[in-house]
Amino acid sequence: MEYTLVFSPLLGAIMSGFFGRYIGDRNSEIITSLLVSFSALLSLIIFKEVVLNNYENNLVVFNWITSGSLDVNWSIQVDAVSSVMLVVVCLISSLVHIYSIGYMSGDPHKTRFMAFLSLFTFAMLILVTSDNFLQLFFGWEGVGLCSYFLIGFWFKKESANAAAIKAFIVNRVGDLAFALGIFLIFYLFGTVNYDEVFKQIPSVANADVTPFLNRELIYLGLNFKAIDLICILLFIGAMGKSAQFILHTWLPDAMEGPTPVSALIHAATMVTAGVFLIVRCSPIFEYSQLALNIICLVGITTAFFAATVALVQNDIKKIIAYSTCSQLGYMFFAAGVGAYNAAMFHLFTHAFFKALLFLGSGSVIHSFKDEQDIRNMGGVWKKLPYTWALMIVGTLALTGFPFLSGYYSKDAIIEFAYMRGNSIGYWASLVGIFTAFLTAIYSWRLIFKTFHGRYENKNLKLESVHESHYVMIIPLIILGIGSIFAGFFFKELFIGTNIDSDFWKNSIKFLNPLSTEHPPLSIVYSTPLLVVLSIPISYYLFVKNKNITSWLAHENKPIYNFLINKWYFDELYDYLFVKPSKRVGNFFWKSIDLKTIDRLGPDGISNLINKLSNNAVKFQNGYIYKYAYIMLLGFSALLTYLIII
Amino acid sequence: MDFPILSSLILLPIVGALFILISKSSDTYKFKSSKYVALFVSFVNFFISIYLWYIFDPNSTEFQFVENRLWLQGFVNYKIGIDGISILFIILSTFIAPLCIVSVNRTIKVRLKDFLIAILVMESLMIGVFCSLDLVIFYLFFEGGLIPMFLIIGIWGGSRRVYSAFKFFLFTLLGSVLMLVAIISIYWISGTTDVAELYKLGIEPKYQNLLWLAFFSSFAVKTPMWPVHTWLPDAHVEAPTAGSVLLAAILLKMAGYGFIRFSIGLFPIASENFTLLIYTLSLIAIVYTSFVALMQDDMKKLIAYSSVAHMGYVTLGIFTINQQGLEGSIIQMISHGLVSAALFFCVGILYERRHSRLIKDYGGIVSIMPKYAVLLMIFTLAAIGLPGTSGFIGEFLILMGTFKESFLVATIASLGVVLAAAYMLWLYKRVVFGKLINKDLLKMPDLNKSEIFILTSLALPVLFFGIYPEPLLNTIETSITNLIDTYKYSINVTK
Repeated sequence: MEYTLVFSPLLGAIMSGFFGRYIGDRNSEIITSLLVSFSALLSLIIFKEVVLNNYENNLVVFNWITSGSLDVNWSIQVDAVSSVMLVVVCLISSLVHIYSIGYMSGDPHKTRFMAFLSLFTFAMLILVTSDNFLQLFFGWEGVGLCSYFLIGFWFKKESANAAAIKAFIVNRVGDLAFALGIFLIFYLFGTVNYDEVFKQIPSVANADVTPFLNRELIYLGLNFKAIDLICILLFIGAMGKSAQFILHTWLPDAMEGPTPVSALIHAATMVTAGVFLIVRCSPIFEYSQLALNIICLVGITTAFFAATVALVQNDIKKIIAYSTCSQLGYMFFAAGVGAYNAAMFHLFTHAFFKALLFLGSGSVIHSFKDEQDIRNMGGVWKKLPYTWALMIVGTLALTGFPFLSGYYSKDAIIEFAYMRGNSIGYWASLVGIFTAFLTAIYSWRLIFKTFHGRYENKNLKLESVHESHYVMIIPLIILGIGSIFAGFFFKELFIGTNIDSDFWKNSIKFLNPLSTEHPPLSIVYSTPLLVVLSIPISYYLFVKNKNITSWLAHENKPIYNFLINKWYFDELYDYLFVKPSKRVGNFFWKSIDLKTIDRLGPDGISNLINKLSNNAVKFQNGYIYKYAYIMLLGFSALLTYLIII
Repeated sequence: MDFPILSSLILLPIVGALFILISKSSDTYKFKSSKYVALFVSFVNFFISIYLWYIFDPNSTEFQFVENRLWLQGFVNYKIGIDGISILFIILSTFIAPLCIVSVNRTIKVRLKDFLIAILVMESLMIGVFCSLDLVIFYLFFEGGLIPMFLIIGIWGGSRRVYSAFKFFLFTLLGSVLMLVAIISIYWISGTTDVAELYKLGIEPKYQNLLWLAFFSSFAVKTPMWPVHTWLPDAHVEAPTAGSVLLAAILLKMAGYGFIRFSIGLFPIASENFTLLIYTLSLIAIVYTSFVALMQDDMKKLIAYSSVAHMGYVTLGIFTINQQGLEGSIIQMISHGLVSAALFFCVGILYERRHSRLIKDYGGIVSIMPKYAVLLMIFTLAAIGLPGTSGFIGEFLILMGTFKESFLVATIASLGVVLAAAYMLWLYKRVVFGKLINKDLLKMPDLNKSEIFILTSLALPVLFFGIYPEPLLNTIETSITNLIDTYKYSINVTK
């Protein structure tokens, strides 16, 4: 069953990628969608088995690398954490496949698109079912590659190409740290298999790590405890993939890709791989308070930063992209306070409502004939009733409106953070609440500007805006159902307090059991209250009285510019890395290779020989008296030498 | 004595070359027939080498298929034999040579017969290098390889071919002269030039440093290591496609092989002393040339510089002298042999159609050459070292091995991975993606059958060994373990 689950997307990718030309566009679409849907079905069955019967399995496919003590297998591991990921990946992927049939209907390269979507799904499955760090890395880079292809899918667009390369390279920076983390793990433990690594970590008393992980290592001039260093390196890897603060710049640009790609890769699955990594490695992270604090800090910073930027963006997809970035921040700080289960829960619910929002916005963009600027929309809610309604559902879920899925997961994160009882936890919960408010504001801004108010588009008549085809709406409805109910139904399972029915078993390690009590009511109720209040506030700001916002933007020009330019990260990086690299490259090439090595080396030698031989030529001028003169000189020199000795 | 399978491998291409030489007239018909002769010979050689791999015993620590014949009254013997390390390089040579010959239809317009002879002779000499078990024999093959390469660049090269050929010759010869001196001294010190004997005897520690440096000067040029790398871009740019391929795929590997077989094997103590030097030069090679590659506007130069960076990983891995590092280096060399060969073929394919190597003359060719775009993408990714390609296995093992020795070195070296992604993807983007602006490009046909044959036969092993490198790792494991044990033993003895 696991084999079929993992390999059927690969089969789909091969069918569509290599034989697409022979079997036709429509057949490729149907085959890939069916195969991925089949995987989705199997993933649900496995999930059910895991929930009801504590099913666990670890299959070895075949041996990959053996070199000295390094012994790595291709494997398929199923446990609680990976079964959740399987459901998320396969389910969202199958819906996105189906949706793409409608969305890409006008595109000449459908088979290639479907092939990459399926290939991505396969790489993601490899990533989540790995039983060792190396296969995880394989999937990690594999999804990065597919993301590169899909962002740059419209290869004629210069901006799409640039975005694709940027995504790949920024990710590579994270991957580099991740790879170094793997090297360190291999160096310390002599293995890269999860089980064998995790087994070696705790000391007998279980409260601290074994002594060899406590020793100090000097890395790049800094002193680290071994365990801290491992965690920090792995976390930098996770930051790259999950677009966390500092390494986030690729995600908004990645919106150059087709919208289904954004929904699948840049919202629901690939970007959550970083969170998955932390949760998967909880048996390591639990022992490194330093790393957990860093994760927490980076998480809240990202959550807050991305939310502020999202407030002022005008591209519908970029707003949602920053929102994703921000929500990923929530997941990270959940992990940082040790609430891995809450992180997984938010990952799970987020996949539904964020995919819904992206696909919904895709439907909007489709209806507006590729318009993405929300300033050129408005007033179309009656023309796009399904999309509108479903986007509202997604927004309610995202903002954490009571009893929708986001409510359960986001509030759980804030509560767990508060109950952690340390200062970082308090701080995180406060920022979390405030960010939840910002989230609500920018989300409703998007809805109101897109669907309400006056129709603002000058290029397209209102009459020609029309609702999308049903193959695009049906996946939205399914996601909508998920967004509404996923929180309510799975709350007990994911973050339930009942110890006996522990779903996670050994897949997540909690060194300090999470508190089962509830925080003060002021914390519990503040988020939902703010979220509910935000609806009339945003309605007033963005529909009723637009002057206030433009006045605010005008009066606080520096702040507004700072936000709309995304805190100037792109400019900073261009200045710090891109331009100097080019200058350094030119310097090495022209000044050192050509002007120093070559001039002094081969060219220098041949010039020298030329000069010497030119000089030697001068002696052979045919005048006897010169020859005699030189002979005399030589003879006297010899004589002098002999006399002195 | 058993059937001399190694000698036949070495001699067969030469026999083929003689056959082409004596077939006289030079009309078109004969051209074709000489190509068929060359193809036949080289493919037979390939299959023999595969058979050799099949009957090779990977668990033995001894040299296998050894042939030993008296020569020069017993001072120097013609002694050849292989172990797990050499066999892979032999197969690489016999695999690349026929592909070069297949590619020779339209690129070489003049003196095709001579060109084929040069390639075949080259193949013989390269196989010889990897089989030699006597220093003098090794030297002969090693330096003999210079001559056909010199001719290939000098006769069939581009406009600055003479400058490049001489630069190539000057650099490589300079190093080699020192190696010859070292070989003679070894004879005087130890009384033999037989490698297996020398492994047993060991060389007195006090001589090792100087001898090591002499060998190093030759290998460093051929690798090439910074700062003696500047001949490589010029040689590549001027060489015809098949020449570049042979140069990148095999000639460079002779040096890496030499480091493993001789520098580490014969001079363990010196190798330990000079580790820091090698690390430094390798790191410079990796980072420095990656930056240089970033700024190239000539495709061939870019790939040539990337070769220098990739070989930097190889030298780094070799001198970690641990299992992962050494095995990684060998995989990296095999992988780079396949990938750089393929990349030079890819550039050659464009050059044939458009007669330009400049990146700015291309752009958007994915819409007219989709098959080319797919294959080039595979090799680009392999050059970046993406998991799933053989390049990943090599680089990852090397870095893993390096990390054990020094955190700092491994960290700096892994910067190369990011830079490689930058220059390769940027190259790919500028050549293949984007809008097709240059209307002349529209006339370019997609790959023909022989080009598809060449590129897919290179792509398949790249992908296969990325997913399942065990056949390679199994072959080299025992020899590497043995090498490391001997090395550690000699270090401990002297201490």
